[in-house]
Amino acid sequence: MTEAFSAQKYLRNIKPPFCAGCGAYTVSNTFLRAVHELGYENLSKFVFCSGIGCSAWIPSPHFIADSVHTLHGRSIPVATGIKLVRPDVNVVVFGGDGDIVGIGLGHFIHAARRNLDILTIMVNNMVYGMTGGQVAPTTPFKTKTTTTPYGSFEYPLDAAKLAVTAGACYVARWTTIHVNEFKESIKKALEMKGFRFIEVISQCPTAFGRRAGFKDAGEMLKWFKENAVSIEQAEKMSDQEASQKIVVGEYPRKMRPTLVETVYNTMKEAQEAED
Amino acid sequence: MKENSTANVLFWQGNEACAEAAIAAGCRFFAGYPITPSSEIAEHLAKRLPQLGGITIQMEDELASIGAIVGASWAGAKSMTATSGPGFSLMQEGIGYAFMTETPCVIVDVQRAGPSTGQATKCGQGDVMQSRWGTHGDYSAIVLSPNSVQELFTLTIRAFNLAEKYRTPVILLADEITAHMREQVILPPLGTLEIVNRKKPKAGDKAFFGLEEVPPMPCVGEDLNVVVTGSTHDEYGIRVTADPVIHRRLVERLNNKIQGHVDEIADYESYNVEDCQVGIVSYGCTSRSTYEAAESAQKKGVKTGFIRLRTLWPFPVKIIKRMAETAETIIVPEMNLKQLFYEVERAAEGKSRVTPLNKIGGGELLTPEELLTKILEVKNRHD
Repeated sequence: MTEAFSAQKYLRNIKPPFCAGCGAYTVSNTFLRAVHELGYENLSKFVFCSGIGCSAWIPSPHFIADSVHTLHGRSIPVATGIKLVRPDVNVVVFGGDGDIVGIGLGHFIHAARRNLDILTIMVNNMVYGMTGGQVAPTTPFKTKTTTTPYGSFEYPLDAAKLAVTAGACYVARWTTIHVNEFKESIKKALEMKGFRFIEVISQCPTAFGRRAGFKDAGEMLKWFKENAVSIEQAEKMSDQEASQKIVVGEYPRKMRPTLVETVYNTMKEAQEAED
Repeated sequence: MKENSTANVLFWQGNEACAEAAIAAGCRFFAGYPITPSSEIAEHLAKRLPQLGGITIQMEDELASIGAIVGASWAGAKSMTATSGPGFSLMQEGIGYAFMTETPCVIVDVQRAGPSTGQATKCGQGDVMQSRWGTHGDYSAIVLSPNSVQELFTLTIRAFNLAEKYRTPVILLADEITAHMREQVILPPLGTLEIVNRKKPKAGDKAFFGLEEVPPMPCVGEDLNVVVTGSTHDEYGIRVTADPVIHRRLVERLNNKIQGHVDEIADYESYNVEDCQVGIVSYGCTSRSTYEAAESAQKKGVKTGFIRLRTLWPFPVKIIKRMAETAETIIVPEMNLKQLFYEVERAAEGKSRVTPLNKIGGGELLTPEELLTKILEVKNRHD
């Protein structure tokens, strides 16, 4: 590296929409640092896709790059069309938990099943933040939100495990205190093909923390730190015990042909059959 | 395949003609979800597109299908999806997004009898108003209505051309009868087809969402830092969601680029419009009965004229007005419960009595006899 890292180099001069203490700042900064460390002088080799929700604003319109800000839940389908037509560009999806595994869950599973060549970074703040703090499919059991005033009576979804089961080739989960691990995961994922999924547990002090009993963002980070356990540690725990923890780490990789490879191989076969 | 010196004469199914026309228009990306009676389009393109270096992918649902074709269009491909009523309902959010982001693409709705699952294998024309007003907000749709296998070919090409020219989604509103029918198609020599391609930016262009009525369209991956959003945005694509002037300017331009070109987009076949006592305004499969009914009525001494709409939206008001100047009565036959009827009535401005002729259920076409009976009935009322 010849130059010191500066996030500003990759960012438009537009005021970000995030609240003070929001984890999105960390996610954006960590992603750009990873890009910098991989030697990208700019983001011209990337196309960013996002849906609706706070996290969708991380790339769009802030990154100086192509960014397609799509409908709620539909970033992955739009990314599918882009990647298949332009296999040479690096397509990265940013989205929140509501976007990716709430309204967009079907697309997420199918993209993993297809091994679509995109990196999806899911910023999991365990709540619908932009709309004011409603319960999400990732909200921990018994947590108070605006639509669960007595505490959530539903169990949360484990998005990372689901991605593994559905066929993603690279899956990792970190929190916003695991900045270095998260950055290294992004770097690894950006160098790979196929469906790559990184879930990052992130603090939303405004719409989640204050109702869930956290005084401020710092308290939430402390909660992440004290409750994070590795995948290996979690495997030794009972389901009940593990459900109280934040499981972090990298899941075993699953290498198989990617969607771009299978689609373009099929094209070749069709053309040869034609001749 | 029979050939003569100027054209290929083929015997095709309607859906097959639509698929081949898409290819001729330059479509190289199709995403869809199976649904009767449109599935043959996906099946045909699944075979043909890979041979031509194109892609057909079956998505997990219609929400994903329209999302994928929008993505493909921004990556530079001409793209299409095909569906029927239930899937068309799901695609409405994506149609609104394509309109707001000025994404050229073609959506084929092969209509069946609704509402809901309705009669999956039977024809209907119940999506006429949905094709115009299906998504939320202030928008304008371009909707074409083929009435034969031949027109499934020519109007599919036109749908792509209009989408590219106006940078907007275009809906081809077909129906089960024409899509499943097999008929002769005369293919013009391929070199003679008019194919329109989107206007690309010149070096230095940055206003991909304004300044001009139809701005140039870049692709992603061209190092132009393209910002696309379905939220209200300025001419550079940057979201501005609290400024009334920017919203008004954007949404008015998006509507005006279609409503301001009705004459160019409107397309119809007409007969005896200037000298008819009884006029008929029809479209799609229903219009197939018009020719025989009009001819029989003429033989019985009723001055009959017709307008057969190939463009439903934007609605071609002028020609209807012209008919209303002479016709005492205008009949609007439809396989729905009066959808285009009110539009015709509005255009006629009370100068003609506009009367509906509706038939739904079972996928049965309105026959020439039924239409003739109606013509004679309204004629007797005049006398």
